Amino acid sequence: MTRIAAGGWHRLHPASPLVRSGRATLGVLVLIGISATGEFGRSGSHLYDGILATVIALGAVVNWLVTRWKLDGATLCIETGLLRRDSRQLPVARIQAVDVARPFLARALGLAELRVRLAGSSHADGRLAYLTEQAALDLRARLLAAHHGLDPATPEPDEAVLASVPAGRLVGSVLASSASLLLALLVAEVVVLVTWPAVTAATGGMLVIWLLSLAPLVWRRVSTEYGFTVAQAPDGIRIRRGLLGTVAETVPQRRVQAVRMIEPLLWRPLGWCRLEIDVAGSPGRDSADGPGRMRKTLLPVGHPDLAWQLMRLVIGGAPPPLSKPPRRARWKAPLSYHFLAAGHDGATAMGVTGRIRKVTTWLPLEKAQSVRMVTGPVQRHLSLATVHVDAAGRDVRAQFRDWPASRAARLLEELAARSREARRRVPERGVPPPAEPPAAPQVPVPPPR
Amino acid sequence: MHLGRRRRGLYRLPMPGSPAAVPKSPSPRLWRMRRAQVAVTAGVVALAAGTGAGLAAGDAAAAAAIAAAALGGLAALWFARNRVRAWSYTERDEDLIVARGVLVRRLSVVPYGRMQFVDVTAGPVERAFQLATVKLHTAAAASDARIPGLERAEAARLRDRLAELGEATAAGL
Repeated sequence: MTRIAAGGWHRLHPASPLVRSGRATLGVLVLIGISATGEFGRSGSHLYDGILATVIALGAVVNWLVTRWKLDGATLCIETGLLRRDSRQLPVARIQAVDVARPFLARALGLAELRVRLAGSSHADGRLAYLTEQAALDLRARLLAAHHGLDPATPEPDEAVLASVPAGRLVGSVLASSASLLLALLVAEVVVLVTWPAVTAATGGMLVIWLLSLAPLVWRRVSTEYGFTVAQAPDGIRIRRGLLGTVAETVPQRRVQAVRMIEPLLWRPLGWCRLEIDVAGSPGRDSADGPGRMRKTLLPVGHPDLAWQLMRLVIGGAPPPLSKPPRRARWKAPLSYHFLAAGHDGATAMGVTGRIRKVTTWLPLEKAQSVRMVTGPVQRHLSLATVHVDAAGRDVRAQFRDWPASRAARLLEELAARSREARRRVPERGVPPPAEPPAAPQVPVPPPR
Repeated sequence: MHLGRRRRGLYRLPMPGSPAAVPKSPSPRLWRMRRAQVAVTAGVVALAAGTGAGLAAGDAAAAAAIAAAALGGLAALWFARNRVRAWSYTERDEDLIVARGVLVRRLSVVPYGRMQFVDVTAGPVERAFQLATVKLHTAAAASDARIPGLERAEAARLRDRLAELGEATAAGL
């Protein structure tokens, strides 16, 4: 801590190159092992594999050598690059969130990666990979304290834990959600067995392959969402999760575009649901699919009461009253009519859709990017129309599915007007967390000491 | 036509405190362009089908194939005409409304403040007819506001106006 306060340049932890190139190097080593023992073996080819591994490792070492960072009161500077020098100044006042990630290898060595995100950007602007865990947490606390205009030595304010997911329930929920697929496959297999016994062997083989392909999916869900904890911190909603590698990420409420509650068929009798949020701009997905938008899990599995509490917290306010589309919509949407409902108030809009799993999307109107009315041929015959409220992202929208056409046109106008008003008063909106008011984008910065 | 009625129904609702904006249509040359596109396509298809059928099954088959292609061309023409007519856009004080589609009717309201960038494109065919397409991009992938077949001057004017309004009313995510 005192080391950081000195304001000089620091290097990353010496073990960083090992962690960074760890995966690639391990992969190459495994390849060498396989080719040495198996029948692919042709001595001499190891040489190239070895060279490849060395080059990767060397690259990581060089990267470590040329990377340095310093924190001088108002800015965090990160310099990196050997041939193309990249020097980055991150003004502390504009910091939006600081995330701490610990991949498996780093965690085993007691290291952590710090990701700094600035307001208004859509990706991690500064990454320090890796620091020791203690240094990462200290730096994080200092950055946040400086951001809020406090003495940098102030310890990080406490976060109020809102929910944590027990491991048993998580595993059960993942199994239940894959169970429906499993059931469908088994039914298909039985049908095949009864009707065309001749092809049973072939389809049975397919079934086994399907089952095997399911395993990694289940594993991924469990390993990323193990030990899931949601907490309310002054700078946003903090999510901690992970089995082998852990991630602590912070989602500022202001960045949330929409919340989605998903209730799959087999979860409903158990009183479970899942919450997802869409965030504009997230770390770690730098422009992979457009300007880095992402869907995050807010609650992998939990009781609807808890889910509603979390949704209220994220959106800020009470859910709007919902109403159902007219009965004639049954002809257009016979399989989903039982779930269809939608409603809005001055600040938010909510739409419920889904055939087998119920999906409730709730978004603040000030995040609306556009409002659309779509009328298909069947809908026109029934004089129905669907109104969409789009938020930033690939498929993020609240749908007023199959509304009466006469009301839909008025609804379109009203939603457009309401979202315009909501945008105007956006600076006032915000959910005051229990500890202290949320961070305004520009907070006066204390003079560097 | 019920489409026209519905469209007027929406636009009749004026924004509070602003004169009702007038919906505009793409240039009449868009219809000419579509006609040319359909004619050329139908001609090529007729030629290919006629030659193929003629070589394989004689003159009668060739005539039938050409007639079929011509009929298809007429149907496409009718569809293209409705499509061109269905397209309209309205610049209001704070948002742009784009209406389009015949079978599936779509009406998008895009606030200027949500605009991320404006694209003006003109393909070779559009260039030959001195037309351009203006497309508005927002952070939402679904909000598609595309206006084809604008006169070049109108496209440039619209682009500049959108950019100006977008800057004036820009809102963060």
